[in-house]
Amino acid sequence: MRKYIVKRILQSIVILFFVAFIIYVLMRCLPTSFIEATARQKSMQPGSKSYEEWMQQLTQMYNMDGGIIVGFFRWLGSMFRGEFGDSWRWTVPVVQKFNDTVWLSFVMGAVSFFFELIIAIPLGIIAATKQYSKTDYVISVVALAGISLPTFFFASLLKLVFSVKLGWFELYGLVGRDYNNLTALGQFFDKAHHLVLPIITLVVVSMGGLMRYTRTNMLEVLNADYIRTARAKGLSEHKVIYKHAFRNTLVPIVTIVGGSLPGLFSGALITETLYSIPGIGFTSYQSMVSGDIPFFMFYMVFLAILTLLGNLISDILYAVVDPRVRIS
Amino acid sequence: MSKKDIKTPLAAENGESNNKYSLNDDRRVKVLSPGALVAKRFIRNRLAVTGMVILIIMFVFSFIGGLVSPYKQDDKFYRDEKQTKDYAGITKNTSFLYTPADTELFSGAALANTTLALQRKENSFMYNDKQYQLTKVSDDLYTVTVDGSLVGIASIKNVFASESNDTFGFPFVYGALTATETQKTSFTADGKTYTLDKEGVIFDDAGKEIGYVSEYTVRAIMGDVVLSRDFKNKLIDAVEKRDNSFQYVTTDDNGNEVVADYILSYDAGKRYWDVRQEIDTRVFDTYATPSKQHWLGTDRNGMDMLTRLMYGGRVSLIIGFIVVIIETVLGVIFGGISGYFGGRVDNLMMRIVDIFYCIPSMPIIIIIGAAMDVANMAPAKRMLALMLILGFLGWPSIARLVRGQILSLREQEFMTATEATGIRVSRRIFKHLIPNVIPQLIVTMTMGLGGTIITEATLSFLGLGVRFPFASWGNIINDVNNTFVLTHYWNIWIPAGVLLLLTVLAFNIVGDGLRDAFDPKMKR
Repeated sequence: MRKYIVKRILQSIVILFFVAFIIYVLMRCLPTSFIEATARQKSMQPGSKSYEEWMQQLTQMYNMDGGIIVGFFRWLGSMFRGEFGDSWRWTVPVVQKFNDTVWLSFVMGAVSFFFELIIAIPLGIIAATKQYSKTDYVISVVALAGISLPTFFFASLLKLVFSVKLGWFELYGLVGRDYNNLTALGQFFDKAHHLVLPIITLVVVSMGGLMRYTRTNMLEVLNADYIRTARAKGLSEHKVIYKHAFRNTLVPIVTIVGGSLPGLFSGALITETLYSIPGIGFTSYQSMVSGDIPFFMFYMVFLAILTLLGNLISDILYAVVDPRVRIS
Repeated sequence: MSKKDIKTPLAAENGESNNKYSLNDDRRVKVLSPGALVAKRFIRNRLAVTGMVILIIMFVFSFIGGLVSPYKQDDKFYRDEKQTKDYAGITKNTSFLYTPADTELFSGAALANTTLALQRKENSFMYNDKQYQLTKVSDDLYTVTVDGSLVGIASIKNVFASESNDTFGFPFVYGALTATETQKTSFTADGKTYTLDKEGVIFDDAGKEIGYVSEYTVRAIMGDVVLSRDFKNKLIDAVEKRDNSFQYVTTDDNGNEVVADYILSYDAGKRYWDVRQEIDTRVFDTYATPSKQHWLGTDRNGMDMLTRLMYGGRVSLIIGFIVVIIETVLGVIFGGISGYFGGRVDNLMMRIVDIFYCIPSMPIIIIIGAAMDVANMAPAKRMLALMLILGFLGWPSIARLVRGQILSLREQEFMTATEATGIRVSRRIFKHLIPNVIPQLIVTMTMGLGGTIITEATLSFLGLGVRFPFASWGNIINDVNNTFVLTHYWNIWIPAGVLLLLTVLAFNIVGDGLRDAFDPKMKR
């Protein structure tokens, strides 16, 4: 087991290296240069140096002189030294900005993940036990609709109904206008109030997949021989489903749930942008659009690590939860 | 399969014993081909058929609708609208206006003293140790002299230039006003002779109208507008008749006649008539409400919404198909080769797949979209680039699927047979292995179409995907970023969203139905 994990981690590091390289090359090749934009802006100011001079100075300042390959290894070197550089867009160290925003995203992700679990898994199991009934059809269509619902459209509908027509929530932002005058508890509730719509959006859009996954696996288990045996023994249907079938369904579910845990840190890029929630997703969106290489690189590598970590966790859990599986 | 799939021979029902051993066609047990079986199972799935019907409707709507619609996707519509703007102001002078000849002696407090003296009907006053002498020419005109020399005049009427906003020098004003008040028909100023008619219009020696005398002051609100003499006359007429409005025809730069209404409103406090111009202007018919001509109204550019939706569907579907085809071709080639050779080749190729799988696609697409913004890419090229990028980022999952299937398929006997008959490797992969993966591929592609359409719409919504003038369901909904549209013009964004949802849902349902139909283990 330990050998397997070490091997996987080493593999992941190689993959990570190439992922970072590809992204870095792509970033440097794109014309959306933050440096050029800044130089142009600075050279417009009265009594300023020329554009070329600014360009030269800024390239040097941002450590972007030298070719792409040189730049990449320089970036890699500073990564190893733990220097993640300063964000151009936010003019603070990348790690600081990251730390300021990632926890909000994590809270949002965790809360919506929790709701996702308690809604999707029971519904998936109900759908499977009543296969081809009306309930099953309704749940299947709801699950598919959740998958098919474009986030931005759903968010707009929610805004129209709950913010504009009913006036229960605000359209944008994390905090209200009088946030600073509130007590600590009031501030907490203010934030929670602003997070309701984004979390609903996230839950509805993402629960469909888990629901279908639960249903498929439950169906597979229900068709297994040991379930027939349990029924033949004369066990009650309730016991068959919730004791024998459900426990076995948990194996793939735990695997996939464990695998998606790292993803809670990745932030919801689209949802946060739609609601202007200053989490890691919205922050990195703004960085991307303005061509902030240090922050973007950091975020992308972070996302890649989360993906690899998720895969690793689900593979390990698979072996841990299901004693039949032996990893070699 | 259940008995339902086996057609009972008709003859057997007739119970004819003669035919018992015949081999006529009607006696044979009919066996359906695998494809027909799949189709049969698919058709029995009511949900999947519903999805299929929705898809067909969407295709008809997008591809045939665009041809049937009387409009094109970029036809702009206009409406006539009355635009009101402040145009001019007019006052009737009831108090004296001062025109100085000597700005040093006749300014500031001297003017105030003059006013005082005129009110008290005094002929002279002392100011600054100087004796100011007021001489009455008529009720409306006084001259002011100091030590016998003229320093200015006080008059009710004033002299205006006919075709410009210029003002005249003192000698001219003095001459014109004196002539008017004393009913003379000519005067001289600065060595030139001018003539006056009864209406107070001043002509120079060449007989050209240069100015006029009036107790009304008309001025244009905007500095660049020169009010014509004719217009002023009409306006004064209207004021004297106490009309609230009048019409006046002018010609614009192109020589077209422009009819405009002018509305007068009187401000008693300032003794001032405010003149507003109401002019018919052609504007883009933006955000029109649904009507017979435009069933879903018009969008922010004054284009027909329904037609935009049709063309948008076309773009969304075409992009979806092309992207999925690129993904599949890449995935099949990569997965096929990797799965067939196995071992080290497989290991290496799968690590490459891992790398691409690890690259977060949404941020990459967003940043490339932003870069295309900076590069000012043409909308058509942009669309092409978008398809290529989406295709190149989506293939790893298909490669994994194909490889997994082929790893098990290549161990089967038919592959040993292909080896024994000496078929080329490329043929073995693409003729014998890949066709066995096609059911799973079709399911993945159908589901992938839905996903791609959502991704494209999301990008277009963020303004990083398909751009104007091309329509896409995503960029139609993009208008919702304007909060006013969100709250007031549901006809702009809700139909596009519903179409998008229905299409993606239909693709997913059909994909689901196909999976069930392809999988012989599934019993229904």
